[in-house]
Amino acid sequence: MIPAAFEYTRAGSLDEAIAAVRGGAKVIAGGQSILPLLKLRLASVDRLVDIGRIAELRGFRPQADGSLEIGALTTYAEWRAATTYPGVREAIDQIADVQVRHLGTVGGAIAHADPASDFPAIALAFDGSAVLRGPGGERVVPLDGFFEGAFVSGIRDDEILVAIRRPAVPAGAGFGYAKLAQPASGYSIVGVAAVIAKSGGSISHARIGVTGVHEHPYRATDVEAALVGSDASGKAIAAAAAHATDGVEVNSDIHADATYRAAMAVVYAGRAIEAALARAG
Amino acid sequence: MTEHITLTVNGVSRSLEVEPRRLLVQAIREDLGLTGTHIGCDTSQCGACTVQLDGMAVKSCSMLAVQADGRSITTIEGMGTPENLHPIQAAFWEKHGLQCGFCTPGMIMAAADLIARDDDPSDDEIRHAIEGNICRCTGYQNIVLAIREAAAVMRAGSAAPAAPASQA
Ligand SMILES: Cc1cc2nc3c(=O)[nH]c(=O)nc-3n(C[C@H](O)[C@H](O)[C@H](O)COP(=O)(O)OP(=O)(O)OC[C@H]3O[C@@H](n4cnc5c(N)ncnc54)[C@H](O)[C@@H]3O)c2cc1C
Ligand code: FES
Ligand code: FES
Repeated sequence: MIPAAFEYTRAGSLDEAIAAVRGGAKVIAGGQSILPLLKLRLASVDRLVDIGRIAELRGFRPQADGSLEIGALTTYAEWRAATTYPGVREAIDQIADVQVRHLGTVGGAIAHADPASDFPAIALAFDGSAVLRGPGGERVVPLDGFFEGAFVSGIRDDEILVAIRRPAVPAGAGFGYAKLAQPASGYSIVGVAAVIAKSGGSISHARIGVTGVHEHPYRATDVEAALVGSDASGKAIAAAAAHATDGVEVNSDIHADATYRAAMAVVYAGRAIEAALARAG
Repeated sequence: MTEHITLTVNGVSRSLEVEPRRLLVQAIREDLGLTGTHIGCDTSQCGACTVQLDGMAVKSCSMLAVQADGRSITTIEGMGTPENLHPIQAAFWEKHGLQCGFCTPGMIMAAADLIARDDDPSDDEIRHAIEGNICRCTGYQNIVLAIREAAAVMRAGSAAPAAPASQA
């Protein structure tokens, strides 16, 4: 299958890319989501702007204050090689396959806003924000609220996603990711990311990101609220995880109907919380 | 409109005029005549089209030829020759790691990527590394055995003293 013809520009710098996307062009980063769509002709573009060579968009930049910025063009493989956060490598290994992880970028995963994409759930659990640059300058938008619908995010047509940023993680916080993968595609039927910290025997911080379940990735704030202040016992975890789909309309498709998916969201939320607690100091 | 691109393919610099929409796998198979790289699904699922881009396994049906401009590509033709098989090719033969052979070029390129990163992979690590490659014939068991065997041969080879000049 061959995409319909399009014009092609390779941007040499971020400014060039911002100038080039004006007037309805689409960006290609790793191409692992957009090319399959163009090939199947589920999408078409008049003009494709290749941002794949822009060095300033790449890189893993830990800051002195404990915060972190990951350039949008950083591939899963580059992120895997750079991260030292316990549990993150294991989560990355559950995303797609080796070949896709060599080309697919974290920025592409956020910009594409696939309802079943794993990285958005992980980034939500780490309180991530999107750093966006357009003709009017830069703005930083929290990912909580950024995903608006299936394949719809808060990126404006004339903006480029430059980086994903997260604040310092609370001391001693553990991370866990639990995923029920659709066996053929590998995408999440349910994916739950948890970042949890304890202090003096009770949970002091909890962030839960969920993907695959709703039309877009979301933070399960009712689970977080039930966890904070609890004693982290099995009973407390189960009671909190039961809120995994509170207030969201649960997806239903040929792989998992809404009842099953909602039940699995609760099970995988429990597993993610347990994994995070096991790594919490 | 076409674009002028240069690829280093199996060590040889090749210049091509391609439409921007031309896929890397078409450039490899149709423009360069290297038909060892197969197209199985054409929807990024099966890995039959796997080649190495600057040493990394990628699916060449899911990349534009223009995205590869200026970069190095290794295809199955760059691995060994019929007279002098690459150790991974020899191990697939030895361990019956293929039946129809359609998936084999992609499996071998994925295996080469794995062994370059980890010269002593466990069976679980091998299975994880070929997650993006589908085989409809073998049931995978002999592919795993072949990759394990290839890694052992390559480890022994790199640990051995330098070969005598006559065999260099
Ligand atoms: C076989 C296969 C299996 C997969 N399995 C999984 C899986 O298990 N879990 C999972 O989460 N994902 C999976 N994916 C999806 C993969 O993670 C994404 O395709 C990839 O991360 C997207 O990044 P990219 O750089 O390839 O984006 P592209 O395909 O280049 O772009 C995707 C979209 O984002 C836009 N875009 C990209 N970068 C920017 C930017 N910097 N600024 C503005 N817009 C931008 C593009 O215009 C396009 O609309 C799979 C993909 C394949 C092919
Ligand atoms: S032909 Fe490329 S992945 Fe199947
Ligand atoms: S040997 Fe036939 S597909 Fe693998």
